[in-house]
Amino acid sequence: MFDFLDKYDVLGAFWTTVQLTLLSAAGSLVWGTLLAAMRVGPVPLMRGFGTAYVNIVRNIPLTVIILFSSLGLNQNLGISLGANDFDTINFRLAVLGLIVYTSAFVCEAIRAGINTVPVGQAEAARAIGLSFPQVLGLVVLPQALRAAVGPLTNALIALTKNTTVAAAIGVAEAAFLMKKMIENEAELLAISAVIAFGFVCLTLPTGLILGWVGKKVAVKR
Amino acid sequence: MTNVSVTKEDVVTSDELVVLKSVNKHFGALHVLQDIDLTIARGEVVVVIGPSGSGKSTLCRTINRLETIDSGTIAIDGKPLPQEGKQLARLRADVGMVFQSFNLFAHKTVLENVMLGQLKVRKADRKQAEEKARALLDRVGVGTQADKYPAQLSGGQQQRVAIARALAMGPKVMLFDEPTSALDPEMINEVLEVMQQLAREGMTMVVVTHEMGFARSAANRVVFMADGRIVEEAAPDQFFSNPRSDRAKDFLSKILHH
Repeated sequence: MFDFLDKYDVLGAFWTTVQLTLLSAAGSLVWGTLLAAMRVGPVPLMRGFGTAYVNIVRNIPLTVIILFSSLGLNQNLGISLGANDFDTINFRLAVLGLIVYTSAFVCEAIRAGINTVPVGQAEAARAIGLSFPQVLGLVVLPQALRAAVGPLTNALIALTKNTTVAAAIGVAEAAFLMKKMIENEAELLAISAVIAFGFVCLTLPTGLILGWVGKKVAVKR
Repeated sequence: MTNVSVTKEDVVTSDELVVLKSVNKHFGALHVLQDIDLTIARGEVVVVIGPSGSGKSTLCRTINRLETIDSGTIAIDGKPLPQEGKQLARLRADVGMVFQSFNLFAHKTVLENVMLGQLKVRKADRKQAEEKARALLDRVGVGTQADKYPAQLSGGQQQRVAIARALAMGPKVMLFDEPTSALDPEMINEVLEVMQQLAREGMTMVVVTHEMGFARSAANRVVFMADGRIVEEAAPDQFFSNPRSDRAKDFLSKILHH
């Protein structure tokens, strides 16, 4: 029943999925944290930008963002992100789109984490003479991130599955392979089962491991 | 109340360290600070007492600008409080603050709590910072707890660490915002003793408290606040035995005789 799999590089496709996930996760963690810092910061312009960014980006369908990075950024504006061949360009554009989209959710997860840190922590930090970036970086964010492990895990799992949208611009990841197999093979149930199983293999351990990590690093009050 | 006693030496210097002039602040419609004039001399211990909601905590928090004011001026060591920014941060480093709820950094050990400001604000050498931190922790009697996290300590121990954390910055003045109000009764004295010792050593202190025993024994001056105003200022003996204002008489009659 699963004989047809020999003709396809299933592992290779999932490896692309993993690469998309990890690169986008790293990027959106950085950008999302910066956005969260802007949203809680004292500068009105930055607060406004952070708020506008989150509210616009998280309400646009990911497909639109990914298609825009390919059609708009690449084909219209000629942005190729330093790559020459079609596959690499699309891979990088997909990562960019996923970062743009996921960071809005990462920002909100971290902001929720910041809300768990009592006001007194920041006041005590200010009272010993720390500057705003130091208060945030040394006292508030370290505690906020620990509290945000749970919500961030949700965002990471969602991101893993959202990488399938990259198939829309031809990135050869798991969902792209699935489409190809569906066109060529008759075993539709088996194809769905293989792809679904692959994703569960990626996301289930993510949830379990990060759940454990979240408990381990939790700040005791 | 506490039975800790202290011999007070007369403060010779009349150098003005903290000066508040006609300070006003509103919380919405509530006028929490009304034309506050207060001068604190170097080495002086001023205890601020008064009923809840009288503005005494707010007053304390305006001195290092954790609360902004609507009008008036506040100067520390001759310099007016700057706007939010680098200069304000530098000034805050010179003003130690101890909070009602301790506010120790929950993700750092006791030792790291006392070292953080030295390393990041004073740019001290790590080894020297650790030595100083351990010495201060010994001084407040929690030296053996240095490697624990704040949540593993009792309230009294946490508050003493918080005092050490403030002292590590070498402050010119220490602000205490109801430092014993969140403590179990049996832990109040261990904190007050540390504060008594500080007062004896000549630290300039502004203490908002309900501990009348401390006010009697450690204060150079008692400031009584009610409804956002300073109603009465006097030496502790005079204030407790012979209050001038009716408001103070009423307050003292409610708290001293039971």
